[in-house]
Amino acid sequence: MTKEEIIQPENLVYKKPELLNDTPMHYCPGCSHGVVHKLVAEVIAEMGMQEKTIAISPVGCAVFAYKYIDVDWQEAAHGRAPALASAIKRLWPDRLVFTYQGDGDLACIGTGETIHALNRGENITIIFINNAIYGMTGGQMAPTTLLGMKTATCPYGREPALHGYPLKVTEIAATLQGTCYVTRQSVQSVAAILKAKKAIRKAFEYSMQGKGSNLVEIVSTCNTNWRMSPVKANQWMEENMFPFYPLGDLKDNG
Amino acid sequence: MTQEIIISGFGGQGVLSMGKILAYAGLMEDKEVTWMPAYGPEQRGGTANVTVIVSDEPVSSPILSSFDTAIVLNQPSLEKFEPKVKPGGTLIYDSYGINVPPTRKDINVYCIDAMDTAAQMNMIKVFNMMVLGGLLKIHPVVSLESVLKALRKTLPERHHNLIPMNEEALRTGMSIIKPA
Amino acid sequence: MDKEVTLMKGNEAIAHAAIRCGCDGYFGYPITPQSEVLETLAAEKPWETTGMVVLQAESEVASINMVYGGAGTGKKVMTSSSSPGVSLMQEGISYMAGAELPCLVVNVSRGGPGLGTIQPSQADYFQTVKGGGHGDYRLITLAPASVQEMADFVDLAFELAFRYRNPAMILSDGAIGQMMEKVVLPPFKPRRTEEEIMKECPWATTGRKGMRKPNIITSLELRSEEMEKINIRIQSKYREIEAKEVRFEEYMTGDADYLIVAFGSAARISKKVISIAREQGLKVGLLRPITLWPFPSKRIAELASKVKGILSLEINAGQMVEDIRMAVEGKTPVEWYGRLGGIIPEPEEVVAQLKKLFI
Repeated sequence: MTKEEIIQPENLVYKKPELLNDTPMHYCPGCSHGVVHKLVAEVIAEMGMQEKTIAISPVGCAVFAYKYIDVDWQEAAHGRAPALASAIKRLWPDRLVFTYQGDGDLACIGTGETIHALNRGENITIIFINNAIYGMTGGQMAPTTLLGMKTATCPYGREPALHGYPLKVTEIAATLQGTCYVTRQSVQSVAAILKAKKAIRKAFEYSMQGKGSNLVEIVSTCNTNWRMSPVKANQWMEENMFPFYPLGDLKDNG
Repeated sequence: MTQEIIISGFGGQGVLSMGKILAYAGLMEDKEVTWMPAYGPEQRGGTANVTVIVSDEPVSSPILSSFDTAIVLNQPSLEKFEPKVKPGGTLIYDSYGINVPPTRKDINVYCIDAMDTAAQMNMIKVFNMMVLGGLLKIHPVVSLESVLKALRKTLPERHHNLIPMNEEALRTGMSIIKPA
Repeated sequence: MDKEVTLMKGNEAIAHAAIRCGCDGYFGYPITPQSEVLETLAAEKPWETTGMVVLQAESEVASINMVYGGAGTGKKVMTSSSSPGVSLMQEGISYMAGAELPCLVVNVSRGGPGLGTIQPSQADYFQTVKGGGHGDYRLITLAPASVQEMADFVDLAFELAFRYRNPAMILSDGAIGQMMEKVVLPPFKPRRTEEEIMKECPWATTGRKGMRKPNIITSLELRSEEMEKINIRIQSKYREIEAKEVRFEEYMTGDADYLIVAFGSAARISKKVISIAREQGLKVGLLRPITLWPFPSKRIAELASKVKGILSLEINAGQMVEDIRMAVEGKTPVEWYGRLGGIIPEPEEVVAQLKKLFI
C-alpha cells in the first residue's frame, strides 16, 4: 500500500481543526497549551462561531495564541485581558468573546481585572491555564506555585514565610455572584481532554446565552520549567497539583 | 457691563447654589456668564466660595484677583475678600456671622441681616435667596423675573411649590439690605 | 429650531458631547475633579437612547484597557480621569499608540506630584505631549479653554483619532472641568452601524465576517527589523499630523510688543492680563495653542521675530516654555511664569511679572 492509497477520506480518523492554521507553534514539546488551543479551535468551529469570535491573548506563553487560531484576536497588556473582554462583549453582545490567560497573567498582575470582570457577570469566558509557574520569562514563582516547589525565584522551594501561599482563583471565582460556570479541568489524557472540551463548549454556550461569566481552569504542565520530561510532568501534576487543585465543576448555574 | 462677583461663606449656606441661580438668570437674559466654584472638601463644613461673572462681553478669566462685588457670609470670608474688592466696589455682609465688621472706606459696604430674618420667618432654607435679593437691590445685574425663571428651570418639578417661598425671600432681601 | 443654549460644567459638557457625537462606549473610574463626567453619563442613561455603553470600571488601569478592547473593535470609545488616574492609564495609552488604536482620553488635571491636590493644574503637559508611557509615541492633544470647547473637542478628538488611528487626549484642568458656562451642545450624530464600522475600520476585530483574513490587534513584534519598520511608519504618521493638524488662536497679536503663550485656563487668565496691561499702555498679545501636540512652533517662531519678549504662562513649574524656546531659537527672550500646587495665577500678578521680566 502506498502513502497516496492510505490518504483517502474514508480512512480519515483524525484531522487538525480547520481554525488551527499551519503556523509552527512556539510551545515546547509536551506543553499543555497546544492541546487547549486545539480544543478551543474545535469548539468555535463546532458552534459555528468562526465569523463571530473575538479572542484576547495574554502576556505569557500564550501571547502568540493569535498566530495559531484563525479568529480575530486582540493582544492585551499583562493581566488586562478581562478588561478588554468586558468592553468588547458589551459593545458587541452577539459575539463570542473569550480570554486565554496563564496563571501569572490572570492570578497575579491581573487579579483585579479578573475578579471584577467575573463579578460583574460579563458574558465572557476566561480560559485559565494554570501550570504553577511563569513559563515565558523562564520559570519564576507564580501565585499558583505549590508550597515546596522550586522555581528560579524560589530556588529552595516555596515557603509561606518567604513567599506566601498558592492562590486558588477558581475557588474564589465560584463564590462570586456574577459567575455562571466555574470548573477545573486538565488535558493529560484522552478522557481528560474530552471532558475539558465539553467544559469549554459549555462555558462558551453559557456566555452566548447571557448567563454570566465563566471560568475554565486547565491544570497544566510546564515540563521545561519544571525540568521534567513531558510524561514525568504529567505524572507530577497528577500527584502534586491535583490534590491542591482538585478537578471538577465548582459551580454550574446554567 | 461686566459684574465680577465673589460669594463666600460656610459650606451648607447655599453659596454655590446662590451663584448658580444668578448665573442661570444671566443666561435667561442672554448674557455671558461664568460660575467658578472653589471646589473640593471645602464644600463640606469649611469655607465655600464661588465666582460669578455676568457680562455683556465674552468672559475672559474665570479666576480673578479683584471683584466688583463681594458677598461675605462669615468672618473668614470677610477677611479674605474685603481687600479684594475694587475701589468703588461693593461689599455685602450678613452681620450674623461677622464679629469684626469691614473697615474700608473706599468701597460701598452694605449689611443684610438675612440669617436672623430668615430664622424669624422660618425660611432658613431660602436664606441664600434672601441674600441674592439684597444683591439685586444694590446691583440689578439681572431682573427678579429672570431669577424666578432660573429657579423654574433649575429646580426639579417636584420642588416648584417652593418657588413662591423663594420669591418672598428675594423680595424680603431687597427690603432689608441697608448701607452699613 | 433655535440653538439650544444651556449652562453647565465642563465635565458635564464632555458627557453630553460624547452622547451626541455617537460615542459607543465610556469606561471610567471616579476621581476629583472629573467625576461629573461619569455621573452625568449615568444620569443620562444613553444606553436607553443611543445605545452607548457606560461602565464604571474597577480602576483606571481597567478603564483604559476597556478602551483598548473597544477601540480594537473599531468602536468610538473613551475614558476620562484626572492626573493620578491618568498616570495609571499610561500603560494602556502606550499600548494603544503601539497598536494604533483610535480613542479619546480626557484628563481634567489637578496638581501633583503624587496624590497632590484636587485643585487645577497644568503640570501634566510633559506627560501628555512628550509621552507619559514607554516607547516613541505621540498623543494628539487638544487643550480646551472654555466649557464650549470641552463640548466641541470631543467630536474633533474622535475625528482626529480615527483619521490617524491614534489615541487623542483632551488636556483640561479642574477649573475648566468644574466651572459652568454657556454652551451650545453639538447636534446629535447617530452611532455608526456595524456595517459602517467594518467598512471604515477594515482592521478592526469585529469577528471574521465572510471568513476574511483574521484581524489581529497587537503592539508586539519581537523581530527588531520589523519593529523598526513599524516605528518608522508610525513616525511618518506623526510628521503628517504635525504638518496638517496644528491649531491655535491668536488674540491681539497684530500690534503686540510682548507675547503671552498660554493654553487652557492660563489662556483665559491671559486675556484678562492683556486687557489690564493694555490699559497701562503695554501692548501684549496672546497665542493660545489649541493643539499642544502638534505644537504651533512655526507660528510662534514667526511672532518671535516681531516681539520684544515672550512669556509662557503655565499653571506648572515651566514645561511648555521648553517647547517655546525650541521654536524661538533665541530670537527673543522667552520667560516663564506660573503657580504650583493647584494655585491659579491671578491676572494682576501676571501683569506685574510681565513688567518685572521684560521691562
